[in-house]
Amino acid sequence: MKYESQAVAMPYFIFALVLFVGQIVFGLVLGTQYVIGDFLFPEIPFNVARMVHTNLLIVWLLFGFMGAAYYMIPEEAETELHSPKLAWALFWIFAAAGTLTIIGYLAVPYATLAEITGNDLLPTMGREFLEMPTITKVGVVVVALGFLFNIGMTILKGRKTVVNLVLITGLIGLAVFFLFSFYNPENLALDKYFWWYVVHLWVEGVWELIMASILAYVLIKVTGVDREVIEKWLYVIIAMALISGILGTGHHFFWIGAPEYWLWLGSIFSAIEPIPFFMMTLFAFNMVNRRRREHPNRAATLWALGCAVMAFLGAGVWGFLHTLAPVNYYTHGSQITAAHGHMAFYGAYVMIVITIISYAMPVMRGRPNGNSNQAQVVEMWGFWLMTISMVFITLFLTGAGVLQVWLQRLPESGEALSFMATQDKIALFYWLRLISGIGFMAGLVVYLVSFFVGGEEPQLEKA
Amino acid sequence: MAERFTKSMARNMYMGGSLFFILIFVGLTMDTVRQMPDRDNRENLTEAVAHGKKLWEDNNCVGCHSLLGEGAYFAPELGNVFQRRGGEAGFKPFFKGWMNAQPLGIPGRRAMPQFNLSDEDLDALADFLEYASGINTNNWPPNIEG
Repeated sequence: MKYESQAVAMPYFIFALVLFVGQIVFGLVLGTQYVIGDFLFPEIPFNVARMVHTNLLIVWLLFGFMGAAYYMIPEEAETELHSPKLAWALFWIFAAAGTLTIIGYLAVPYATLAEITGNDLLPTMGREFLEMPTITKVGVVVVALGFLFNIGMTILKGRKTVVNLVLITGLIGLAVFFLFSFYNPENLALDKYFWWYVVHLWVEGVWELIMASILAYVLIKVTGVDREVIEKWLYVIIAMALISGILGTGHHFFWIGAPEYWLWLGSIFSAIEPIPFFMMTLFAFNMVNRRRREHPNRAATLWALGCAVMAFLGAGVWGFLHTLAPVNYYTHGSQITAAHGHMAFYGAYVMIVITIISYAMPVMRGRPNGNSNQAQVVEMWGFWLMTISMVFITLFLTGAGVLQVWLQRLPESGEALSFMATQDKIALFYWLRLISGIGFMAGLVVYLVSFFVGGEEPQLEKA
Repeated sequence: MAERFTKSMARNMYMGGSLFFILIFVGLTMDTVRQMPDRDNRENLTEAVAHGKKLWEDNNCVGCHSLLGEGAYFAPELGNVFQRRGGEAGFKPFFKGWMNAQPLGIPGRRAMPQFNLSDEDLDALADFLEYASGINTNNWPPNIEG
């Protein structure tokens, strides 16, 4: 670690992983409810468990992004963080707000939570992924402003690398688009239209900037390839991400009331959205092949490569699978969507956060060359278990989705099976998905165990 | 990448490309908002519908159901439930009976909570679903089952 203040990333990473465990626990609850419908009912209805599952994901990824920024930005800027104290204060505020919100979801009915948190004054709740109370949203904005101020001041006083500039652009974009979560018109079509300004422009827009810059940073560190080369790749990747992704938002506007030209625009531009992800894969493998040193932290390299591949498969391939309007007409809101969502989030965002954790945590723990070989082997077991499990989750959900479309969507009215009848027919796939989910949990446990495996630090080798 | 393609060219592609498409996106959003009155069924957006939307949100219905295909996939699509369950004549009675009968208590079946909504609230929620079913969705969903 070059600068002491980078260490403030540590609590962010640890808390992120704690929330990750919570996310997967509730994922298993949901997977069980898909096959045993009244499991934990009425104590934890499906909607509550789902809210906890998705919101924990979002919040722990945000913790991961913030930790990544606190770690990377001082080193890139070659200066101490503007205010480590502020970073610590914001950590506690965000952790408390997040924990209270989750407790709120679980402790009282959602309608009660809406009432006691003043949703009548400024109704923003009850929309997918933006379920958190309005006051929590305000808290997120406050934390984001403090965070951006802190890293912004650090960047301003230091060296302005491309990695830092792209990262902060992505983070500013994240904060700016979140503001649309406060816009909730009574008009459902407009509500939905601008809801995508948060959701799509996050995950298929500015988050890709964050992801690409973290990937670039880790590749600089583990491969030793010339920064100029990496920065050029980074620019081209994010250029393609935004060129395709901004109008690609249109693939969400097919069936929610927006004009028909979105059928064309959304199809064409989202069809090129896989390109930046494919380039990230080429980029990662190219840089590793051209490496100038053998970095002993092989686990971090594995996560970086795996992230690029899985993001391409999950976001790129599985996204393209159902993005063209004539296909999406039949698959929209089916289990195909769920399949894509799972692998895309895991491949792109879960894995990029674990990549930076895998690289940075050992350094912060005084092991600049990475964890011991034993610990890395365990970590890599975690990698393979989680990744293969996620591949199976995705394949089984895809199978469920294809059957659902076949039974429920393709036949004419009168011939088609009802939603519930279809769900019964595809229950086998949900069982298999649940088993894969247990495999994922096992992988996560193995991954976490790797933090506690001792052994001697590996030595630096010459390439 | 070829050496002739320099870093500053890559940067210009990023800056120029994103600025260009942001501007187009803003323009198309303005056009969409202008066209919406012909498509989004706002003429039927009454006070009761607005109240119904608030109830839809306050009870996190989207946590199990989808509406115009968006939401969770645990329970049926409700964008066309108005047509599926009785339409003009039959929907409201069906809807109230259904809501008041929850939870059905069938072992192993997916269960919907009892939300204890007043008769007036149930009317508003039904009005909201009827209004939602009137939005021009380019003929989605493909059939009545949603």
